[in-house]
Amino acid sequence: MAPRTRIPGTERARLATSGAHATTLRRLTAQPGADIWKGNIFLAALLFALTIALAGLAAIILQAAIEGAPAFSIKLLTNGPSTVNPEEAGFRPALIGTLYLILGVILLVVPLGVAAAVYLEEYADGNRWWNRVVELNVQNLAGVPSIIYGILGLAFIVRGPLDLGFILAAGSLTLALLVLPTVILASREAIRAVPSSIREGSLALGATQWQTIRRQVLPAAIPGVVTGVILAVSRAIGETAPLLLVGAATFVTFNPSFLGDDGYSALPVLIFNYASRPQEEFRVLAAAGVVVMLVVLLAMNSFAIWLRNRYEQQW
Amino acid sequence: MSSSRYKLPAALIIAGVFAVGVVACGGNGSSDSSSGGAGNLSGNIRIDGSSTVAPLTEAMAEGFQTENPDVKVTVGTSGTGGGFEKFCVGETDANDASDAIDDEQKKMCADSNVEWEEIQVANDALSVVVNPQNPVKCLTLDQLSQVWDAGSKVTDWSQVDGLDPPFDAEATLFGPGTDSGTFAYFTEVVNGEEGRQRTDYNNVGEDDNQTVTGVAGAPGGIGYFGFSFLRENEGTITGLEIDSGDGCVAPSPGTVQDGTYTPLARPLFIYPSASALEKPEFDAFMEYYLQNVNSVAESIGFIGLTGEQLSDNETKLNELIDKAGGETPAG
Repeated sequence: MAPRTRIPGTERARLATSGAHATTLRRLTAQPGADIWKGNIFLAALLFALTIALAGLAAIILQAAIEGAPAFSIKLLTNGPSTVNPEEAGFRPALIGTLYLILGVILLVVPLGVAAAVYLEEYADGNRWWNRVVELNVQNLAGVPSIIYGILGLAFIVRGPLDLGFILAAGSLTLALLVLPTVILASREAIRAVPSSIREGSLALGATQWQTIRRQVLPAAIPGVVTGVILAVSRAIGETAPLLLVGAATFVTFNPSFLGDDGYSALPVLIFNYASRPQEEFRVLAAAGVVVMLVVLLAMNSFAIWLRNRYEQQW
Repeated sequence: MSSSRYKLPAALIIAGVFAVGVVACGGNGSSDSSSGGAGNLSGNIRIDGSSTVAPLTEAMAEGFQTENPDVKVTVGTSGTGGGFEKFCVGETDANDASDAIDDEQKKMCADSNVEWEEIQVANDALSVVVNPQNPVKCLTLDQLSQVWDAGSKVTDWSQVDGLDPPFDAEATLFGPGTDSGTFAYFTEVVNGEEGRQRTDYNNVGEDDNQTVTGVAGAPGGIGYFGFSFLRENEGTITGLEIDSGDGCVAPSPGTVQDGTYTPLARPLFIYPSASALEKPEFDAFMEYYLQNVNSVAESIGFIGLTGEQLSDNETKLNELIDKAGGETPAG
């Protein structure tokens, strides 16, 4: 052991102080300039991305509003479709069809999605191959094109094992399958984000696993689940292709119901059909329909966001 | 705090119960309010198929429902082929078609014992359109095929043989998607085989309005679609006359009905099923359809039927009704 150089206490303190001083100085002078600069660039990039997204939405609303303006009247909400008198035509049956479809989707997707997410996050043993298969499948299913779900719905829900026929509930089920992966993935994220200290605290106080999930984890995960439902509903409301396959018609003059076998319609189906017609009147109607659909969607999402903010909590 | 945590699930359950209630009420309400109308027919009629023919069937359904408010007619637009998939297993009462039923579909119908009849409801003129700056007024079928055939190397109008007057501009092609009945018909009569067409064209899918925009925006643009799109956009695009050997003929209701606009004049069909005609409401609907179709066809963009075509339809429908009546419903 080499003899240590003895430095008097005051000298040691002086060295330490100057060292700390130099470090602090470097932190505060040279580096911060670059960091602040980089920070600002990053912030600008974020704002730019946000602006593009919002500008896109604004452009769609604006264009649809301008083009559809001649058709704006209460008739849009009270009248049914008309080919003979386009100026009298409205979206009532299609609007009611879409509201029922979405209601059905929410009622199916929330319990199923949350249950699947709870199982995968809280119960499933990630080392078991079947759980890994399920996990991989859920992630892949989120990227499957919607028309595939339409074919699936036609083969297994409308015909085949379930044999529901071309009813609105079959459309709801098909759309629910389509958006289920989105809800599962968002719910899993939400459940994972609940700090494990909360779970451990609950378990330590004698709660069972189920009590912990029901009383601690799920309430804390509600905002994340609601976000998933917003994403899911926003996707489901605009889907046309799978609905055409599972029986949504364009021309329906009566109010549809969940189980009635007399047929149903939905907003995107009617809008798509009107937009591709040769006559200008129908293209105006299509644009007005887009506005109706966006208003419905934004109203639903605003409610969901309000709900989410109510349940949001800080740890 | 803890009580508010249960509000969401509770709200969802209440919403669900409420929804079921609304549905139940809605069902009762509609059947109550619609009873006691002029006609005493009631029931559901489900029609699907071509989106080209749909406006015509919708107009008929609209008129029929005013007379028979208890009959609920719905019209879907799965496309000619998609519609036959449902029609030929007995899921729909009739199928709108912009292209005649093919062998595969016939077999499918036969396998499920779905008997049908082909009834022409209107005429259409497949119209070839170009930009108004294009001086060419007429193309022969051969020239049309030079432009559109599979493997065509024509990229400029000057490469088309025998063009009169000569025209020099880049040829920009717009056409419908390969699932469309319009595509099937055009390729068959112009290129000699259904589905045979060059692939390097702007595929507008089902949205023919894109062809209008595209051709209007490109001096050398060319595209094709149903006559109603030409009529609605006269001025922004020009319809070409077609020479199939007997001189140049423009697409118009007159030239289609007198049989001179060949071969691009095409029939539009509805295929009713025999078993559906056993239902009095569907029987009445088809009768109404044939009696009234010609009076509205022109106003919603179609070309009406000739007297001969009309009486031919009447005969076909009556035969099918006889067939339906002659069968035992037990089958």
